[in-house]
Amino acid sequence: MIPAGFEYHRPGDIASAIGILEEHGDEARVIAGGHSLIPMMKLRMAEMGHLVDLQAIEELKGIEVGSDTVTLGAMVTQHELITHDGLAAAIPLIREAALQIADPQVRYVGTVGGNVANGDPGNDMPGLMQCLNATFDLSGPDGNRSVAAREFYEAAYFTAREDEEILTRISIPVPGAGVGQAYEKQKRKIGDYATAAAAVMVGNGTASVAMTNLADTPVWSESASAALADGDVNGCVAAMLDAIEPVADNRGPVEFKKHVAGVMLRRAIDRAQNRAG
Amino acid sequence: MNDQTLTPEERAANLKGMGSSRKRVEDVRFTQGKGNYVDDIKLDGMLFGDFVRSPYAHARVVSVNKEAALALPGVIAVLTAEDLSPLGLHWMPTLAGDKQMVLADGKVLFQGQEVAFVVAEDRYIAADAAELVEVEYEELPVLTDPFEALKSDVVLREDLEGQTEGAHGPRKHHNHIFTWEQGDKDATEAILAEADVVAEEMVYYHRTHPCPLETCGSVASMDKVTGKLTLYGTFQAPHAIRTVVSLISGIAEHNIRVISPDIGGGFGNKVGAYAGYVCSVVASIVTGKPVKWVEDRMENLMSTAFARDYWMQGKIAATKDGKITGLWCHTTADHGGFDACADPTKFPAGFMNICTGSYDIPTAYLAVDGVYTNKAPGGVAYRCSFRVTEAAYFIERMIEVLAIKLNMDAAELRRINFIKADQFPYQSALGWEYDSGDYHTAWDKALKAVDYEGLRAEQAQRVEEFKAGKTRKLLGIGLTHFTEIVGAGPVKNCDILGLGMFDSCEIRIHPTGSAIARLGTISQGQGHATTFAQIIASEIGLPADDITLEEGDTDTAPYGLGTYGSRSTPVAGAATAMAARKIRAKAQMIAAYLLEVHDDDVEWDVDRFAVKGAPERFKTMKEIAFAAYNQAIPGLEPGLEAVSYYDPPNMTYPFGAYICVMEIDVDTGEWDVRKFYALDDCGTRINPMIIDGQVHGGVTEALAIAMGQEIAYDEMGNVKTGTLMDFFLPTAWETPNYITDYTVTPSPHHPIGAKGVGESPNVGGVPCFSNAVHDAFRPFGLVQSHMPHDHWRIWKIANGLGMHG
Amino acid sequence: MSKMHVKLTVNGKEVEGLAEPRTLLIHFLREDLKITGPHIGCETSHCGACTVDIDGKSVKSCTTFVAQVNGADITTVEGLTNDDGSLGVLQEMFREHHGLQCGFCTPGMITRAHRLLQENPNPTEEEIRFGMAGNLCRCTGYQNIVKAISASADMLNAQKEAAE
Repeated sequence: MIPAGFEYHRPGDIASAIGILEEHGDEARVIAGGHSLIPMMKLRMAEMGHLVDLQAIEELKGIEVGSDTVTLGAMVTQHELITHDGLAAAIPLIREAALQIADPQVRYVGTVGGNVANGDPGNDMPGLMQCLNATFDLSGPDGNRSVAAREFYEAAYFTAREDEEILTRISIPVPGAGVGQAYEKQKRKIGDYATAAAAVMVGNGTASVAMTNLADTPVWSESASAALADGDVNGCVAAMLDAIEPVADNRGPVEFKKHVAGVMLRRAIDRAQNRAG
Repeated sequence: MNDQTLTPEERAANLKGMGSSRKRVEDVRFTQGKGNYVDDIKLDGMLFGDFVRSPYAHARVVSVNKEAALALPGVIAVLTAEDLSPLGLHWMPTLAGDKQMVLADGKVLFQGQEVAFVVAEDRYIAADAAELVEVEYEELPVLTDPFEALKSDVVLREDLEGQTEGAHGPRKHHNHIFTWEQGDKDATEAILAEADVVAEEMVYYHRTHPCPLETCGSVASMDKVTGKLTLYGTFQAPHAIRTVVSLISGIAEHNIRVISPDIGGGFGNKVGAYAGYVCSVVASIVTGKPVKWVEDRMENLMSTAFARDYWMQGKIAATKDGKITGLWCHTTADHGGFDACADPTKFPAGFMNICTGSYDIPTAYLAVDGVYTNKAPGGVAYRCSFRVTEAAYFIERMIEVLAIKLNMDAAELRRINFIKADQFPYQSALGWEYDSGDYHTAWDKALKAVDYEGLRAEQAQRVEEFKAGKTRKLLGIGLTHFTEIVGAGPVKNCDILGLGMFDSCEIRIHPTGSAIARLGTISQGQGHATTFAQIIASEIGLPADDITLEEGDTDTAPYGLGTYGSRSTPVAGAATAMAARKIRAKAQMIAAYLLEVHDDDVEWDVDRFAVKGAPERFKTMKEIAFAAYNQAIPGLEPGLEAVSYYDPPNMTYPFGAYICVMEIDVDTGEWDVRKFYALDDCGTRINPMIIDGQVHGGVTEALAIAMGQEIAYDEMGNVKTGTLMDFFLPTAWETPNYITDYTVTPSPHHPIGAKGVGESPNVGGVPCFSNAVHDAFRPFGLVQSHMPHDHWRIWKIANGLGMHG
Repeated sequence: MSKMHVKLTVNGKEVEGLAEPRTLLIHFLREDLKITGPHIGCETSHCGACTVDIDGKSVKSCTTFVAQVNGADITTVEGLTNDDGSLGVLQEMFREHHGLQCGFCTPGMITRAHRLLQENPNPTEEEIRFGMAGNLCRCTGYQNIVKAISASADMLNAQKEAAE
């Protein structure tokens, strides 16, 4: 498995990176950790003339934990998410989910920005960010804009991000005290993409529920969330099962995935409710 | 150390001979990254070869256009069947008496089949060039189901059209390969007709793959000046490869040197001869430069050496008390596009006729039909002796099915049907002579070790709790008592391509009392350099640490048939002991001469010959070695060397009792192995540390196979499990700790009584895990379901039994 | 494609070379630098045989372009041998506890275990199994690998104590 050739760029700031993307258009792609993109390149399912490596851009780094908002630089790695105690105190759900992504080696280089931006329905962070009602900051030739995670995903590998835009930061409102959180994921083995995964926040009369790898985008359900906020677990699960559209693959047929989706969701709700106290 | 003051036990311990958990000599290199595997080999001017492979499972190859590829700078050649055909190398013989395309000759029969071989200056250019080769295909109907293939009008092997006689007898259909029958059909059917009880089931052992961490590869270097071909490769049988290369290429065998360097795991994957090996040789001849070929993981899983894929229809007859009276089995064997099974020539279904297992079954019948389909060829013994895993899985499932039918405890059903210790040597109904065994002792020890009664009580309680809605987890207790047949084998009935399946060892003692030994086998992680030195140490009294062991270079090692089918210890280990005994016999004469007594007046004592009745008068092996080189001894040639070619009188029959305790979540299909107990009886134990390691690894491979690992195809013949994302290899996280145990029942015909152990844990492990899954659902009515037991298939069992409300 | 100038520190030595940007780090190490300890197993970042240590992180070098790590400090299994040529603690414990068979996964295992113990000097069995989940072994069933890593932790801690 050998990738096709490309020109390599390592810009030092966002403006330069956007400049390279503008110059080369379709021919250019950004790379963060690369553990999704490089295997695709090795299989020659992804080819590009120019690879724009974002690792040297300081503006894309860092975790800031404020009293109301947490912001994550797009180049923050899963490993950094896991080892940041302030983040774990503010939003424990992130560490819990990040520990269930891939394996240690991949988590050292895999970034939160790459995970949310490439639009792979198997990735865990998109559903998580929808559950947390995160906002993605994008920079492009026409300036900066923000898109809600719940509005970002259009189809598998298609997102609201334009080709010449870079996802720079993620802002997450800190859930209030008394909100319990849980991430429940069934996988064939450790490191695998989810057969079904559920991210749940519940407490103080609010709730948010999202699921992963059960449609061609992550699925956040307003009605499921509303039902859970009202304490109606069965209604929540029914609404979510209505919203997902799993397809058969090596992980199993549709009816199995739907069943497991319900099980994961109930378990996540149960744990989140217990944590809400 | 003063030889005078040490006890015999202390002297024996210093040898680190048989029975010692000697640390491995190999590890000093491996732990520092100093192994030397095929892809580590770099020769001057070496080129790199890469394949263009078919995306289709069945298609005509209309044309191959090389122009764009050849125009790429750095590309040296692009070979197609047309280029190989003048050399007669566009097809090659398989080990099973069939032939196989090296490069697509007009059509392709499986996805991933080799179509063209690109040779370039490095692997990056080769990969680019492979993309530029334009192949025009015309798709043909695809057959992935062997039962359908036997009914279909679609002819897969047009080259065989009209041939009604195959390598193993008549062909009944154009997609049929052979029928192989063993046992007494009429008598078995008569017993089935009259039996108190008959249980019948289809037992499917799915297609999988050995998947060693190192893929297959080779480096061929044709020296045009000397006319000598050196071929490095991932070969589990380097000598056989040399002979095959000579026969198909026409290069004289003495001009071929085959070297198996370190091998990164084999498990059967590296027994066969592959298109890549042939193409690297041809490319080296054509270009005059060394050519390396190394497959990538997808190529490995798609094209080299699948295993299993046996559909086994079984009927088992018994009295109402549970005494088995007959066994019937019809197997439909999916061999893929070519019959490339790696079995001894006279055994087209390997040793499937060991399928009466550990049980005294008076009458039995087995028939196997081999079938062509649009899947990859292979059919290798994946960590087992030729189809023994299939046989063990079959009988251990049939026992469980019979236990259900009889409403009996499956442990008890086994006990009352075991071959008894006093029945050995035992003649099985399907033609084997089991050498030795004590199954009842092993079984009782195993049941006691896990507190079987306690486990059954816990399970019964769990069932009650489940029914009461207090838990959603079931408890499964998996039982297996397996009997293997390994150590192929006696030349009278075992050969590969006409080469008798003996093996060999040559030992040279150096004047200072150290030694080198060379064998016809090749380690792939089994630790031969460690264990075979231990055999020699015990036999001739020189410390194992002073004995170098070499394998894998056909220019220096004696001829042997290689390492697979757990044959190294039973065959080459025996050769090692026999060669050592020849040395000891000569040493006895030297010692007697030095001690000035008659040959018969000295006796062996750990590491020396001593005068009988006067143990203070002795010559150590070290002293004898020196004398062999510096003294003129009347009637004896100088030197101290020996070689043995060992033709085993029989196979060996290792056995074991395995018990697995598994928790199963009926809502998700998730499983957790709570306990796994493995008792192995491999006869005499050479290195307990290595035996335990072999058992841990073999059971883990069994865990993978039983619980998720498969080579799956869609209806178009596309491989669905082509990367390690989907092809299940468990990590440290899914893998449990194992409890190992043993009994020792030596082989009566093996010089040191050893039987071989490397493959037992896979043979016994697969049915044990599968039986645990089945056992969990037995109280709810499950009789039989197919592996692999991944989450959704377990869920499907629960769903089918109405457990999801 | 034009080649780029690559400069790395590998096992304490500065090395340089020319490489196409698409060159995978594993190939640069193995082919250009002749450092053949790290192996190629799966090529899709699932097996960990290619694991090396880059700037204090365990990384799969078959899924890394050499261009991405230009300037980095890299340690491979070859760099974990003691200066006097004797086996390092992990290497010795893998041998002592039979934590390897064919040896193909071993360089990646040991290199990964090295980083694991740097980050967690007293891991439980569960933490070892979780921390080694990115490395596949087909031979050992992991039991002795876990034992070897656990024993290494004990030995390293004892050495540290003795030095203090």
